[in-house]
Amino acid sequence: MSGHSTYQPKTGIERWLDARLPIVRLMHDAGVSYPVPRNLNLLWTFGGILVFMLVAQIITGVILAMHYTPNANMAFNSVEHIMRDVNFGWLLRYLHSNGASMFFVAVYVHIFRGLYYGSYKAPREVLWILGVIIFLLMMATAFMGYVLPWGQMSFWGATVITNLFSALPVIGETIVTFLWGGYSVDNPTLNRFFSLHFLLPFMIAGVVVLHIWALHHVGQNNPTGVEVKDVRKDTVPFTPYATIKDLFGMVLFMLVFAWFVFYQPNFMGHADNYIPANPAATPAHIVPEWYFLPFYAILRAIPDKLGGVLAMGGAIVILAFLPWIDTSKVKSMTYRPIARQFFWMFVLVCIGLGYLGAMPADEPYVTISRILTVLYFGFFVALALIGIFERPAQLPTSIADSVLGGSGARLAHATASEPQAKG
Amino acid sequence: MSLRLSLAGLAAGLALAVGPAFAAGDVVKPPAQSWSFSGPFGKFDQAQLQRGFKVVKEVCANCHAMSLIRFRNLAQPGGPGFTTSQVEALAQTYQIKDGPNDSGEMFERPGRPADAFPSPFPNEQAARAANGGAYPPDMSVLAKARTYERGFPKFVFDIFTQYQEQGPDYITALLTGYAEPPQGFPPLLPGQNYNTYMPGHLIAMPKPLNDGQVEYPKGPDGKSPVPETVEQYAKDVSAFLVWMAEPHLEARKRMGLQVMIFLALFAGLLYFTKKKIWSRLPDHASAH
Amino acid sequence: MAHATDTTGTEPTRRDFLMLTTGAFGAVGAAAVVIPLIGQLAPDAQTVAAGAPIDLDLAPIAEGQAIKLFWRGKLIFVRHRSKKEIDEAKAVNVATLRDPQSDEQRTKAGHEQYLVVYGSCTHLGCVPLGSSPGEPKGEFDGWFCPCHGSHYDSSGRIRKGPAPLNLPVPPYAFTADTKIKIG
Repeated sequence: MSGHSTYQPKTGIERWLDARLPIVRLMHDAGVSYPVPRNLNLLWTFGGILVFMLVAQIITGVILAMHYTPNANMAFNSVEHIMRDVNFGWLLRYLHSNGASMFFVAVYVHIFRGLYYGSYKAPREVLWILGVIIFLLMMATAFMGYVLPWGQMSFWGATVITNLFSALPVIGETIVTFLWGGYSVDNPTLNRFFSLHFLLPFMIAGVVVLHIWALHHVGQNNPTGVEVKDVRKDTVPFTPYATIKDLFGMVLFMLVFAWFVFYQPNFMGHADNYIPANPAATPAHIVPEWYFLPFYAILRAIPDKLGGVLAMGGAIVILAFLPWIDTSKVKSMTYRPIARQFFWMFVLVCIGLGYLGAMPADEPYVTISRILTVLYFGFFVALALIGIFERPAQLPTSIADSVLGGSGARLAHATASEPQAKG
Repeated sequence: MSLRLSLAGLAAGLALAVGPAFAAGDVVKPPAQSWSFSGPFGKFDQAQLQRGFKVVKEVCANCHAMSLIRFRNLAQPGGPGFTTSQVEALAQTYQIKDGPNDSGEMFERPGRPADAFPSPFPNEQAARAANGGAYPPDMSVLAKARTYERGFPKFVFDIFTQYQEQGPDYITALLTGYAEPPQGFPPLLPGQNYNTYMPGHLIAMPKPLNDGQVEYPKGPDGKSPVPETVEQYAKDVSAFLVWMAEPHLEARKRMGLQVMIFLALFAGLLYFTKKKIWSRLPDHASAH
Repeated sequence: MAHATDTTGTEPTRRDFLMLTTGAFGAVGAAAVVIPLIGQLAPDAQTVAAGAPIDLDLAPIAEGQAIKLFWRGKLIFVRHRSKKEIDEAKAVNVATLRDPQSDEQRTKAGHEQYLVVYGSCTHLGCVPLGSSPGEPKGEFDGWFCPCHGSHYDSSGRIRKGPAPLNLPVPPYAFTADTKIKIG
């Protein structure tokens, strides 16, 4: 997809720099002339939104770290100090805490968009796997960030999640002790989580660079799943066409983000986390943050400790194998009548698991969790099988065809207006 | 169409997934009160905060700490609206432990606006010892630390109605919820009290408020403008607790409105700019 | 590489107006975001509140003695000067000084025996010696900064060495004969 560079240095300085470090050329090729399928819908703006969220989280996070104290005796009060005394501290802290949730909102839309339009299929397997790695890093970062205020949910979340590793045979207990840096979740745990919470976002940024590199190498998928055939007809230059659309999507997203930050800043959090950590009392009902709930439900659905951990991990890792699980050659589910039904069922299953993850571990929730867990993994089995017998709908011959709808009138209009516009 | 469907589906799904975290069990849901600070234009009622502070100071603070609150907070914008000199005078009525001095001794001195409210007990153990083993929680962020389960689908609607006053609703209900245990309730042990809204109904705190217990400032007619009843005290205390937990609430909502208006206008402009730009394509029937 | 043909170029000003407005909105939004990101660097409310004025009783300071204390995290010297030191400080021809200031400008009338200055060398911020007994007071009976050799006189004025300015006098006032309020 990456053709010859169209960058032409205009001034002497640009030519001088271009001969030594073609960084402007790189940015021009990636952000201006990069050809984008012309039929992308608003769901494709979520990549840009995610970059925005990562940058926003890093900026607000670095600032919060200037005022926060990673010490078990002072962490809770230092967060309250940010909320009360630091100039705009309440704003920065709410942006960061709600930003984590909005980051996951965006990443889930991004993932489901990729699932629906088959963005994981050849030649985008590596691109997809890099995405799964980013997702895993995000989960680790978010989890450790939630520990930092050292409230009840922080403490007990840290206890429960680190204890997951104790399920591993032989080495499990040792791993947990090493994670804690002691014999329970305590100050050393908080200190190392703070350090890693600061580090991981930059690792995410690194993998994001690889993700975008892979994307620009293979080119973007599009709602038809038909690859670009004629760059001239099927694509538009990234700037201004995709830039302005991404900006529009971003601002729409910010509206939702701002709604939570300014009007419902604690909606996605837990009241219990405003109680300082107390190792002597577990909150009556502990649940992870909403974005972990489906996986938490899968964990609890399995009556065996190791089995639960493996199922939960498997639920994420299986995504990485999707390119080879799905046997259909057709990418977009728009043209896959059977797979499409399964996709929407999968969406409902994930929502259902999320709901169950927030419910107490009682009947009937446990049984329903088990059914939905089976259905979750069943989706992947289904994708493997459906491809064999499903008869996809007629694919458009090209992106341009799909856009112009093959309508004679429109084509005529287009060809008629072209010379005019050129003149 | 499928795009719109998928967006709607995801939104609903994510909303669904945000499950409220609270113990089920024997819970009576507190009635919703009307608060001056609810909603997008919410503001604290200064007179209410001042009354709430009076009750907190005279009653609650005897057992509950408010260690994150400093005297100066009472004079800051968006709060109860005390003047700086009032706050200085108030601070001086408290003795603050300071030191060590040059001879290495800790000493007590009158409070200054920058000092935090001194806690009624030196540590948790002392607090428990004085309260029959129960620890009166710190009030500083209590209004955000208490909630009750909203349940589906209410918590989804809450996103749009901006209902987030579970804390003060619960605290108001709790303060007014002392009652005789119903028939068949196991006999209360010493140090246990029955409360309708406490999960499990057993609460260590004895009924803290009684009608007429706290004298409210008189209006021009020589009478308090609001009734001096448990209900009124409870509401005023709850409002004050919300302010303590979220002292920048007014600034936040005010800035929120500005940001929302700005973003809405900007989104509109971007929409039309995008349309214009995409219309440059000769066959722009394509633009979705 | 050519794309679906772009017909940018000659269009009436209405589009330009739209673009300009959108661009202006973006610029305003970006500028507004910078306010909290920079604003948070300023001293927070607690730091500001803790910097309120403090009271100090000068009576325990014997003649010839100096004490150190902190206000807003800054070191302050309070020196009870001897007659000799006061005379020395007053005898200097102000016009010859690097940072011309008379001793009267640096003390409070009627309380010339007390000198209150920040204890931070105006060169690069070291603490000058001379407040405690046995420390070198420099060539002018004041303070001597060991870092780069600045000499201050008994009025805290720079007399020799690299420092450009006198030791600054913090804001303070006498509330009683031997009591001051700093700040």
